[in-house]
Amino acid sequence: MTALIEVRGLDKAFGGVHAVEGVSFSVQAGQVYSVIGPNGAGKTTLFNLISGIYTPTRGEIRLNGENTARLAPNQLAERGMCRTFQQMQICMNMSAIENVMLGRHLKLRSNLFATLFRLPSQLRDEAFCRERAAELMTFVGCGDYLEHEASAMSYGALKRLEIARALAAEPKVILLDEPAAGLNATETAQLEALIRKIADQGTTVLLVEHDMKLVMGISDRLLVLNYGRVLAEGTPAEIRENPDVIAAYLGG
Amino acid sequence: MFKRFMQLRLRDLVILAVILFSLPAFLDNPFHYELATQMAIIAATVVGLNLLVGYAGQVSLGHAGFFGLGAYFSAIMTGSYGWSALPALLVGAILVGVIAWIVGRPILRLKGHYLSMATLAVGFIIAIIINNETGLTGGPDGIPVAPFDLFGWELSPFGSYSLLGVELSGSQAWYLFSALVLLLAVWLAQNLIDSQIGRALRSVHGSEVAARVVGVNTAKYKSLVFVISAIYASVMGSLYAHFQGFITPAVAGFDFSIVLITMVVLGGMGSTMGVILGAVVLKLLPQLLADFQELEAVMFGLILMLTMIFMPKGLLPTLQRSIGRRLKKKAEGQA
Repeated sequence: MTALIEVRGLDKAFGGVHAVEGVSFSVQAGQVYSVIGPNGAGKTTLFNLISGIYTPTRGEIRLNGENTARLAPNQLAERGMCRTFQQMQICMNMSAIENVMLGRHLKLRSNLFATLFRLPSQLRDEAFCRERAAELMTFVGCGDYLEHEASAMSYGALKRLEIARALAAEPKVILLDEPAAGLNATETAQLEALIRKIADQGTTVLLVEHDMKLVMGISDRLLVLNYGRVLAEGTPAEIRENPDVIAAYLGG
Repeated sequence: MFKRFMQLRLRDLVILAVILFSLPAFLDNPFHYELATQMAIIAATVVGLNLLVGYAGQVSLGHAGFFGLGAYFSAIMTGSYGWSALPALLVGAILVGVIAWIVGRPILRLKGHYLSMATLAVGFIIAIIINNETGLTGGPDGIPVAPFDLFGWELSPFGSYSLLGVELSGSQAWYLFSALVLLLAVWLAQNLIDSQIGRALRSVHGSEVAARVVGVNTAKYKSLVFVISAIYASVMGSLYAHFQGFITPAVAGFDFSIVLITMVVLGGMGSTMGVILGAVVLKLLPQLLADFQELEAVMFGLILMLTMIFMPKGLLPTLQRSIGRRLKKKAEGQA
């Protein structure tokens, strides 16, 4: 069985600094796969490489067997990859539901003429898109914000809204970059339940996260980075026992 | 929720229609009608520019260039080549669209000030060409333009018409025509904004990286909106030329580009009704300040500065918010 995501010898240098160096791992379809590591370990850089924001200096990334290392983010979206950001990227000039509807961009095929003259076909597509977006907002727990502007939402709600937008694209794999950052304990518990629900629907989840309790609880496998290199890889139980990981994390 | 949104869009359009068609009650001479017609044409131009600047967040400081191209294309084709006005307007619009697409592809890769500079240069180049191609454009002296004609029916500000039994002077007929054009321009712009394409455009402004990860080809959408706003300008330029009957290179000039962008910023970026208000205010101010003739430029600048400091979101959005807040307070007081 080939892996959904296969990373081989990935390298990214900014000037002389190797943010990611010789990283290899593979993610099977349907897994919750987490990347952890101390600050500056290269987790977000790795995510930016996989999602096409950065181009790798060396190495390859295969999505469903296709080398996607040089593709732009929008081309990756066409191939079923979507992500959220550590620094939330919400369009504050739109309403909450429009942000989610934006996620369905690739599912809609309206042309300019139909749009300008509001032809019935276009109105039907729009109504369906709005309905789906509303369902997704309820699914992630932002159901109360259906009629709100994005700029009027709380931080925790915006984090979930961003996940709803990514899900709206109906991706095969979703990359979540520190979804629990800045959330309190209750919100983190809700997030954990949400990630489980997403995984149960068959979507592969790639997760960068600091919250160890969350990560250990929901991940099928973990990748531990330190100074841009792979320190360890394995199941949560293996990682917990790994002496290198304990040393890096506890400074022992 | 969807219905509510539809109602909001319709509400704006209906309010605008009511204002436009009740305005003649307050206009009592041809000069008023002329001013109102100019306002409507320029407001429609600004509605198009707002798609680019207000919604997609890409600044153009050369939009008068496209306005001027449309105006001169119509003037030359109807004047020297005997075309009728409508085909000249349409072919001009398509040509300007093509030019905007060719120019837009490379320069829309630039961001912020660099894009502003590039569009500024585009506007300058167009103005310089119009100024120097004396044989074709009449150069700095300007060029006369034939009246607008539609299927053999001529619309001149100096004619007189009867519509459904009502006698109309030429300037009244022109005003009604331009009001209809403005309504159409607003309707099309609203349709565009409230759609998949519109969301993609706004996401370019809101968060370009977010747009790209959900699959929006941002370069394509920036070009698209640049072309659409240029076509708006070209069509309105053509109409303006026919209405004025005489145009000079000033219609494509830097000053006019700045006036257009100021209307967008003053009225409220990303608010279609706002930018129309911006166009009206900036067109009216010089008339109202006529008493302070020698101080006009100073007053003009001062008003703009104060608006920008105290209403950075623009006139209409600020007014709407303060009214909304007051109503809310009142409702809470009663509860």
